[in-house]
Amino acid sequence: MAAAIQPGTDQVWDWLSQVPDPEIPVISLTDLGIIRDVAWADDTLVVTVTPTYSGCPATGIINLDIETALRGHGIDKLRLERQLSPAWTTDWITEGGREKLRAYGISPPIDGTAADGRLAGRIARLAESSNLTIACPRCNSTQTEKLSQFGSTPCKASYRCKDCLEPFDYFKCI
Amino acid sequence: MMGAAIEAVDRAAYADWLQRVGDNALILGHRVSEWCGHGPALEEDIALSNVALDLIGQCQLWLGLAAEVEGKGRSADDLAFLRDAGAFRNVLLVERPNGDFAQTLMRQFLFDAFHIELLRALGKSTDLRVAEIAAKAEKEVAYHLERSADLVIRLGDGSAESHARMEKALKSLWAYTGEMFLDDATDQALAEAGIAPLPSSLKSAWDETVTAVLAEATLAHPGQSWQHKGGKQGIHSEHLGFLLAEMQFLQRAYPGASW
Repeated sequence: MAAAIQPGTDQVWDWLSQVPDPEIPVISLTDLGIIRDVAWADDTLVVTVTPTYSGCPATGIINLDIETALRGHGIDKLRLERQLSPAWTTDWITEGGREKLRAYGISPPIDGTAADGRLAGRIARLAESSNLTIACPRCNSTQTEKLSQFGSTPCKASYRCKDCLEPFDYFKCI
Repeated sequence: MMGAAIEAVDRAAYADWLQRVGDNALILGHRVSEWCGHGPALEEDIALSNVALDLIGQCQLWLGLAAEVEGKGRSADDLAFLRDAGAFRNVLLVERPNGDFAQTLMRQFLFDAFHIELLRALGKSTDLRVAEIAAKAEKEVAYHLERSADLVIRLGDGSAESHARMEKALKSLWAYTGEMFLDDATDQALAEAGIAPLPSSLKSAWDETVTAVLAEATLAHPGQSWQHKGGKQGIHSEHLGFLLAEMQFLQRAYPGASW
């Protein structure tokens, strides 16, 4: 009987694509790439979620939001599972999510530019202007400079546009 | 999940070692969080708080695993808030007081340069639970190290005042760096099981990073000197007690309080 009213996983994915990220509400949890799996285990829906940063305070809220949304769609038996590996990477942010970030004023991550902590070969450049070329999400200028490696949340860095003079966040690659 | 080599490691020794890794993150994370609202510039205030957040998040994972391995029904929170100083296993470096911004940054850099090597090696641990946490934390710590190294260079090779402060910070902290690379019986047991590297094996990579950054920062390398030790075995400086008094107050005064 239960099987007859079980929504398909595609339907669940669609519902989850409407749950906004609590920190950056213009993108959804599926845009962010943190929903790793949706599956039925008998009559229980199992949603596998991976945390973005270890200490991200949004993680608890995200789980709560997933529960609230799915219960609102009539899912009674629900289990959230945390999956650490493979560790979340900004590579999983969808194309649509990147566009939404840009429109919101956050420069999206440039894949393949994550810090790797291997300093030896480029120490001399560290304290110089070795910034990545990050385009200003407002005026598209590439004349920008990094203000701080860490911005309003652990996942972002602070930048400033030297043309339109506005500060903006860059979603760091990790 | 658990291989024979891991099963062979004494459970208490394994839990003890996990607390070393977790306590380093917890105590440094708490220390850095003390800057929240007091940073020398808004950007630095935010950056310090974000680094603290990463470290405390990592500590939750490590201490959660420590509690699981220990198997006595304790949680990560119990370990963080209900142990007294003698049961903490962090190295002395991370409990050093914040001092000025120079002291905080230099402490961060000296630890980050060690932390990244440790996590990189732990990513190859025979215990998948350890490897998974390490792989995640390594990505975060890579950013910590880039930031702290960058600022050590900028301030070391900065004004006469910032140079003097960085030099003073380096001199006062140097005697607390050696402990990170000392091997004891617990380290030996974990290394034999392939769970963790010997701390001494991380020294040359750390030396390389530190020597290069200090040179670029125009700071004189302190060289060989007498070194403090004991934190990993629970013998701490008085500073840890004051830190715990603040960090643990709520759970001690209102046991089980939550929000």
